[in-house]
Amino acid sequence: MNINLTLLIQMISFAVFVWFCMQFVWPPIVTALAERKAKIAEGLAAAERGHQERARGEQHAQALLTEAKATAAEIVTQAQKRATEIVEEAKDDARAEGGRLVAAAQAEIERETNRAREELRERVAALAIAAAEKILHKEIDVATHRSLVDTFAKQL
Amino acid sequence: MSSSEILTSQGYIQHHLTNLTLGVHPEHGFGFAHSSADAAAMGFWAVNVDTVFFSVLLGGLFLWFFKGVAEKVTAGIPAGAQNFAEWIVDFVEDNVRGSFNAKNAMVAPLALTIFAWVFLMNLMDLLPVDLLPYLFGQFIAVFGADPHHVFLRVVPTTDPNATFGMALTVFFLVLFYSVKMKGVGGFLGELTLQPFGKFGLPANLLLEGISLLSKPLSLALRLFGNMYAGEMIFILIALLYGGSMTLNITGGLLQFVWAVFHILIITLQAFIFMVLTIVYLDMAHQEHH
Repeated sequence: MNINLTLLIQMISFAVFVWFCMQFVWPPIVTALAERKAKIAEGLAAAERGHQERARGEQHAQALLTEAKATAAEIVTQAQKRATEIVEEAKDDARAEGGRLVAAAQAEIERETNRAREELRERVAALAIAAAEKILHKEIDVATHRSLVDTFAKQL
Repeated sequence: MSSSEILTSQGYIQHHLTNLTLGVHPEHGFGFAHSSADAAAMGFWAVNVDTVFFSVLLGGLFLWFFKGVAEKVTAGIPAGAQNFAEWIVDFVEDNVRGSFNAKNAMVAPLALTIFAWVFLMNLMDLLPVDLLPYLFGQFIAVFGADPHHVFLRVVPTTDPNATFGMALTVFFLVLFYSVKMKGVGGFLGELTLQPFGKFGLPANLLLEGISLLSKPLSLALRLFGNMYAGEMIFILIALLYGGSMTLNITGGLLQFVWAVFHILIITLQAFIFMVLTIVYLDMAHQEHH
């Protein structure tokens, strides 16, 4: 329990320990701790950024979806309109075609009627001439009375 | 004392409070002291081998462990020893950041060294008081020495040399940084010109001088006193052994209870030494108002 040389030895050992600790022990550990702190802070910031990014993405997707829905609705409306138009056009076309066909048929009928009437007239004229020939045999000269008979036939 | 002498309580206590001192005795020449009187006669130029051995061993243990961690330290997920070391480093760093306002790369490692080293030295107190001294005595007896004259104190902090060694080193650091930060004039001014102004110079010097000198003194004596008293109580309780069975059991229980309580003192003293060192160095760095 005397103060002796031990005191100086203890002081020197203490100083050496502190120096060693300061040189080789403290800095690496504290650096690692600081590094980890920075890493964690960075990680948290990244997570926060990720959250924001996702929220923005969701918003964007929602906007796109709404737009797409609107476009689709518009397209459907247009298509329906177009379909109605097409149907109307087709009806008009059909009506016009029908009219044309009816007109053609009537023209044909007219033509046929006229031809038949003409033929009938000629036949009647021929028959009349033949009958008159028989009645007026020899009395009527075909060549001289031809125009008379024709006039008669036309009056039929 | 001779080996045939019956072990008295006084002798037992005396034996436990004597360091293994190596030095030059005026009569017996160079060698280990055979009694506390011998150790005293050796004067200043003697070494308490046990104090030096255990303190350097424990300091080495501390640095070896922390160096091992520092070499493999990773900023990623820490494991095992690194967790433990980081816990202590964090604790010390918190204390330094809380009490020390200037910038000095030395204070935190210093605080860590003090805390860990003092803690480990104090921790030796929890070993049974007779274990190492007895083993050492038996070991020395192999070489023909008398175990009764072989001393061994395993707790370096019960030797004032160890506590004053640290406290004086801290004191020199305080002086060094006081002069470095404030200049010789600033430091002397702080010592002489307050609190009573320049006309109260002698009173100022007395007050400030006492307050300055009380720093290392209180630092060293607090640690020494606490550990010495704790050790003494362990020794006194150990005196109960060897009587009746009841005394043995009582002694055992008391040792246990005191050891549990002593854990608190061990940690607390290490912590106080560290915190006061930080505070003293902080004061050395600060300009006085």
